[in-house]
Amino acid sequence: MSACARTSKRIPVLIAALSILLGAALPASAAPKRVVSLNVCTDQLAMMLAEPGQLVSVSFLARDPRSSAMADQAQAYPVNHGLAEEVFELQPDLVLAGTYSSRGAVMMLRRLGIEVIEFPPENGLDGVRRNLTRMGQALGQETRAAALLTAFETDLAALRADPPRRPRVALYGPNGYTTGDDTLAGAILATAGFDNIAAEAGLPGGGTLPLEQLVMLQPDLIITGTRYEGSSRAEALLDHPALTDLAAMPRVRATGGAWVCGTPHLLDAVREMVDLRREMETGQ
Amino acid sequence: MTDLLTLSDLTVRRGDCPVVDHVSLTVRGGEFVGLIGPNGAGKTTLMRGALGLLPATGHSSLAALPARDRARAAAWLPQMREIAWPVDVETVVALGRTPHIGARGLSDADRAEVDKALHWLDLDAFRHRTATQLSGGEQARVLIARTLAQGAPLVLADEPIAGLDPAHQIATMQVFRDLADQGRAVIASLHDLGLAARLCTRLVLLGQGRVVAEGAPRDVLTEANLREVFHLRAHYADTPDGPVFQPLEVIR
Amino acid sequence: MRYGALLILLSGLVALLFCASLLIGPAALGFGESVQALLSGKGEAAVLVMREIRLPRALLGVMLGASLGLSGAAMQGYLRNPLAEPGLIGVSSSAALGAVLALQTGLAAAFALALPLMALAGAVISVLLLLMLAGPRGSSLTLILAGIAVSAFAGALTSLVLNLSPNPYAAAEIVFWMLGSLSDRSFTHVWLALPFMAAGAALLATLARGLDALTLGEDAAQALGISLSRLRLVLVAGVAASIGAGVAVAGAVGFIGLVVPHLLRPLVGARPGRLLAASALGGAAMLLAADIAVRLITPDRDLKLGVLTALVGAPLFLHLIYKTRREGL
Repeated sequence: MSACARTSKRIPVLIAALSILLGAALPASAAPKRVVSLNVCTDQLAMMLAEPGQLVSVSFLARDPRSSAMADQAQAYPVNHGLAEEVFELQPDLVLAGTYSSRGAVMMLRRLGIEVIEFPPENGLDGVRRNLTRMGQALGQETRAAALLTAFETDLAALRADPPRRPRVALYGPNGYTTGDDTLAGAILATAGFDNIAAEAGLPGGGTLPLEQLVMLQPDLIITGTRYEGSSRAEALLDHPALTDLAAMPRVRATGGAWVCGTPHLLDAVREMVDLRREMETGQ
Repeated sequence: MTDLLTLSDLTVRRGDCPVVDHVSLTVRGGEFVGLIGPNGAGKTTLMRGALGLLPATGHSSLAALPARDRARAAAWLPQMREIAWPVDVETVVALGRTPHIGARGLSDADRAEVDKALHWLDLDAFRHRTATQLSGGEQARVLIARTLAQGAPLVLADEPIAGLDPAHQIATMQVFRDLADQGRAVIASLHDLGLAARLCTRLVLLGQGRVVAEGAPRDVLTEANLREVFHLRAHYADTPDGPVFQPLEVIR
Repeated sequence: MRYGALLILLSGLVALLFCASLLIGPAALGFGESVQALLSGKGEAAVLVMREIRLPRALLGVMLGASLGLSGAAMQGYLRNPLAEPGLIGVSSSAALGAVLALQTGLAAAFALALPLMALAGAVISVLLLLMLAGPRGSSLTLILAGIAVSAFAGALTSLVLNLSPNPYAAAEIVFWMLGSLSDRSFTHVWLALPFMAAGAALLATLARGLDALTLGEDAAQALGISLSRLRLVLVAGVAASIGAGVAVAGAVGFIGLVVPHLLRPLVGARPGRLLAASALGGAAMLLAADIAVRLITPDRDLKLGVLTALVGAPLFLHLIYKTRREGL
């Protein structure tokens, strides 16, 4: 027992020593040791791929199930709010950010000599593949990334469906914003065998769909976002009698986290939608 | 003639100081009472207190009435000549009928009163003019006409002839005197002692909130009263044209 | 009779704009189709659009516009100042603060009437504050200064409450509360606001004679048998109920209460009493027109009503200040 224990203790030390050596020799492939993520999507990719101890902080949104599919796992990490000062105090050697998030902090951190890698928001399944590969490289976890990618392709192939009749669905969010085909949500719907009504409404790229037009289009299904606490007119729109009176139509709420980011978790959303479509088919 | 106003021990205080100090007064139909006295003697305060527009102690027969009854018993012409909106003259005068009109608006009788008041003040030609565009003196006459249109047996007027040209001063005073002769009563605060002496049936001289003297003009405008209250020396004579009063000099 | 003719004309204008409001919208409905859907209830989707989306919007337009015009006319009559307007002097923004508090504390969710009631309370506080600071004897300057202070304070608190809200969309809605909009309002809002607006209008309508008499000043009005304390109470209650309910459901739309009485005053012989009914109708017409315009100018986004009313109202306001100053000198 004691021998085993000794060995197991020694291996990480060895790896560490090795990596220092390798790091000295090949700085480009050195795995960063203190990684901080500022964006809810990089949070999740990093949590999936980082080895224990490598990721030191994730954004506060990572714990919010409305935007993160890994809210439970995120409980294990300290959270940050994307402020340059708090991030700098964590002394990271790599910061992961979204292209559009915390611009001020990203610029400041770069000036302070910290490496920042930015991930653009993704709008399709290809983005998932690209993100996994890139994050694997960034964290020095290429092998894990490759394994996850294989699993993703297998699951995707199993879920992909092209039913004879594709139900027409409206993605209808706060302020009447409808999401177009060329988005993650659009890709989720298409993969699960739905047609997005946004194209019919003349908004293939998404945009504000007036309530009147939505009513006139009479979709088979309306998917709304999850609601936040507090109150807003933007969300109150979803309680408009004209919408609730479309009683013939089933409504579901997008389960939030799985729909937001280009990570393998979006397959959870696809799975949910496939189940819903089958339910609708048997119901008819 | 009936008593139209009875004041007994009326006192109005501003802070601790009595501005009107235990004034008792009775005004009957047929009287044109000139309220005279120097600035700050309490003339305005006395009339507003009598109308119940200011909190007062003692008794005022008008202040004791409910608002609408009081408005039918007495009309009030404030010194401040206010016409807030550019309404026409007829409209201003018709406001005098406010205490009389019911839900239906102006009746024919109301209109007749308005016409009468306009005619009395020589305002027929101004009927459709915008009141706020008239001269100060013309506005004053419009407001007097409004007061008369109220048709109350008693009219209280605060310096009604200030700012009028001499002809209209006399004409206006004559209107008040005519009212009195018809059995109604007028109380007007006046600074023109000459016109007061000629047209008022009775003068009430106020000094520092108290009634110093009251009675017929010649009994009030005595040398002693003028000296003590107004610090004036004046000439007073009864002539075939009626009493003539002319202040001559200030006594220090 | 000229006054009667004016009221009939204004009513006709309101009716016309009301119909236009019903016929304009992003859903491409033909005229016949719209009317049929509205009246007969045939054609499910079109019926929903007409009855649940356009009808409440047009009705709220009439109600809100009438309340704003009436309140503006009543306040101007009482203060004898053509610059008094619920939006400009902070009554609307205080009502908005009350409404936002009701929504963000969850009070409105627990008890629907809390929304208009809290807005009403906000309006009452601001009207009392204004009467205290710049009562009828106060100059235009005092009134406007007091109004600026009240609206700045209420606006800041509204922003604070919305920024502190856990809802990420709430903060973006500050502009709604400050400029107002009728988009996507439903019958829920109509029923919520209607009783308060009706009560407010009924109260303000009783003031006609008193406001007329006030043309001659407070002393003269009192001597004409008008009870000023009662008039003041009715005014505060009426304005607060009208404005509170309107702001609670549609945000603070400014300038209607300024522009409409100003335009109509010459047509009613400047009589404050007659201006009440005329301004209510004129306000309804102006608000409907503005709401039609926002839908025509930017059909795909929610342009706020207050933007349009301010474009018309602000220059007029400056003109009025200039005129008041010149007359004051």
